[in-house]
Amino acid sequence: MNLISNTAKPANKGQQPPSLYEGRKQIYPKLAHGKFRMVKWIVMACTLGIYYALPWIRWQRGEGIPDQAVLADFAGEKFYFFFIEIWPQEIYYLAGLLILAALGLFLVTSLIGRAWCGYTCPQTVWTDLYIWVERAFEGDRAARMRLDKAPWTLNKAARKIGKHLVWLLIAFLTGGALILYWHDAPTIARTFFKGEAPLTAYFFAGILTFTTYFLAGWMREQVCTYMCPWPRIQGALTDDYALNVTYRYDRGEPRGALHKDQGFEGRGDCIDCKQCVQVCPMGIDIRDGAQLECIHCALCIDACDDIMKRVDRPTGLIAYDTDVAVATRAAGGTPKYKLLRARTILYGVLMIAISALILVGLAQKPTFQVSVLKDRSPPFVQLADGSVRNGYTLKIVNKATIARNAEISISGLDGAQLQIIGLAQPENGMEVQLPLEQYGVDRFRMLVTAPPTERPHRTSLVITIQDPETGETHTSTAAFVTAGAK
Amino acid sequence: MSDENTEYDPHSGVETTGHSWDGIKELNNPLPRWWLIVWYATIFWAVIYMILMPAWPALPGLGGTNTPGLLGKSDRAEVTKEVSAMRTERGVASQKLMSASLVEIQNDLNLQQFAMAMGESAFGDNCATCHGSGGRGAKGYPMLADDVWLWDGTLDGIEQTIRHGIRHDSDDLTRMSAMPAFGRDNLLTSTQIDDLVQHVLSFSDRQSNADSAARGSVLFASQCVSCHGADAKGSRLVGAPNLTDAEWLFGGEPADIRATVTNARNAHMPAWQGRLDDPTVKALAVYVHSLGGGE
Repeated sequence: MNLISNTAKPANKGQQPPSLYEGRKQIYPKLAHGKFRMVKWIVMACTLGIYYALPWIRWQRGEGIPDQAVLADFAGEKFYFFFIEIWPQEIYYLAGLLILAALGLFLVTSLIGRAWCGYTCPQTVWTDLYIWVERAFEGDRAARMRLDKAPWTLNKAARKIGKHLVWLLIAFLTGGALILYWHDAPTIARTFFKGEAPLTAYFFAGILTFTTYFLAGWMREQVCTYMCPWPRIQGALTDDYALNVTYRYDRGEPRGALHKDQGFEGRGDCIDCKQCVQVCPMGIDIRDGAQLECIHCALCIDACDDIMKRVDRPTGLIAYDTDVAVATRAAGGTPKYKLLRARTILYGVLMIAISALILVGLAQKPTFQVSVLKDRSPPFVQLADGSVRNGYTLKIVNKATIARNAEISISGLDGAQLQIIGLAQPENGMEVQLPLEQYGVDRFRMLVTAPPTERPHRTSLVITIQDPETGETHTSTAAFVTAGAK
Repeated sequence: MSDENTEYDPHSGVETTGHSWDGIKELNNPLPRWWLIVWYATIFWAVIYMILMPAWPALPGLGGTNTPGLLGKSDRAEVTKEVSAMRTERGVASQKLMSASLVEIQNDLNLQQFAMAMGESAFGDNCATCHGSGGRGAKGYPMLADDVWLWDGTLDGIEQTIRHGIRHDSDDLTRMSAMPAFGRDNLLTSTQIDDLVQHVLSFSDRQSNADSAARGSVLFASQCVSCHGADAKGSRLVGAPNLTDAEWLFGGEPADIRATVTNARNAHMPAWQGRLDDPTVKALAVYVHSLGGGE
């Protein structure tokens, strides 16, 4: 029963079991040329351009309101996006946006695989930028491998230090640009360097600087392979018809080196040049089939097409394709491609529906919002003449950029008298003009008094607030409580 | 390190700890390097932290406090700083509260909102213990949200009450009156008190013994009218309650009324002037007035 022998040293000591741990192998991606590389450069320019330029765009909204087009104004508790203003009470628009983003990701994945990962994910974009810097200082793949193996010289040190300095600069600009999104950009840019910016600005700029430098410079593909949940989730989102970056083994196999006088008779098109492996930023071999590590950046397509042209074979040995199509062709059939499928249609319809909901919501967004909070203590007050009074706190959010008056009136309670503390008692007892501050939240204390008659424990009181100029009306109900029987 | 007593697991070739549980032995694998590095880093950090920040308590020679640390951080000093910063921030609005009259405060909506917020929090801290949240009151502690006032329900009257209290001995301007303890001090006999209670019940149209009430009516005229008035509607000059309405601060049942006549009720409220600063007292007056009963 004793699983571990008591002998001093077992006979097989020294015979090491297979290690379950594998250290990271440095990847030296080679520069690819071709249409997908060009698309990636353009996407990189656009995404980085948007990220760095967006906070500087101005958008006039009115006196005393921030004029930054995109701003998360934490102090003022508002989020601005061009013509859209989101107040904390409307945070569900953010939920809608997140749902839309998730569905967009699903749709793209079911059409063309992990296009998000390959082209637009910040991890991919910044890693690509960092590798571009690395290449500028240390040369392409072969030169970088040589340099890393070479002994330390002044030249090597200068190249390495230069690279890291530029990386840190990019990292700082990344972190610095992030804080522009929640402060007035020109102001924070000035105060930041004078040392007068709030501590949180330095803190978040520091954090983003560190993560950018560390994740794009050092971690790179490990972020995608080990840290990101998306590769795991996307397995559930792909199907037989989703286009993926695929090695067409029906055409490529059997592979083998190409000899000068040898034609392509009786063999596959893959000449085993390993260019697809060398350009891969994830360090994998696409010819092994679909893999968790593959971010579908399509650089292997560029590399392979390049070679295919040189050996005078048709391009597309690696291409956006499906495993099912490749298998069908291998069996001699004609593959079918289906972009319109139940799932892509469903994602599309859902996206349109949610976009429509958000747009309709935004278009019809009320310019004021009312909440009526009934006093809980005391729930009601019996006056000396037997009438009953309830107290309420009115909170009115005026989202218009001008100060204005709103009319408040009550109904649903016979003979009830309305009173707002600090405002003149209304003549008819039913209507008061409320002065609303420009672009802010006003609180009013409202008292409603009902004459002494037999009343149920709880009556529904209807409170109507109307802007007499625009006709915009808001109705809320609140309970009016008496000592009557429940 | 290995000697004859070291055991090795034949399967993996790894040293064991030598401890056996039900025949199962634990492998003595080294700790993961990253774990060790983090552990050493935290120890290093702890030492730095002890030097920079307040750390060791109760060392001799420190007078019972802790080591101050090189950075001189003190939570107490920070709180003091924050409180004074808050006072400065509120200063402007507080100044406005001071220079405005109570009516002006109530009619200027911005100032009113400030006073209400300030008053609400001060009420919760100082007044709600007796008067209840929202001024709902309790037996012996007046409800502040209704329109029944013993002394004065105007803005100025409420401020006066808050400032100087009721029957607060050490304040000369306090509201003062004293109802005699008719029973305890033998001013009336027990039977006379019974008659008086019957008479008082009749003010609020409740059933009472007519003979007894008639005898009580004579007593009332001689003993009570000076404060409660001939019509029993009370007097705000002396804080005498109206006996004809449905409001009974100390209970309106015959037994309650009897206890009141026997032992008297002279409730106290402390004077808040000196304990609360002037802007807070004014804010409280506006808040209490706005609860609903203000006149």
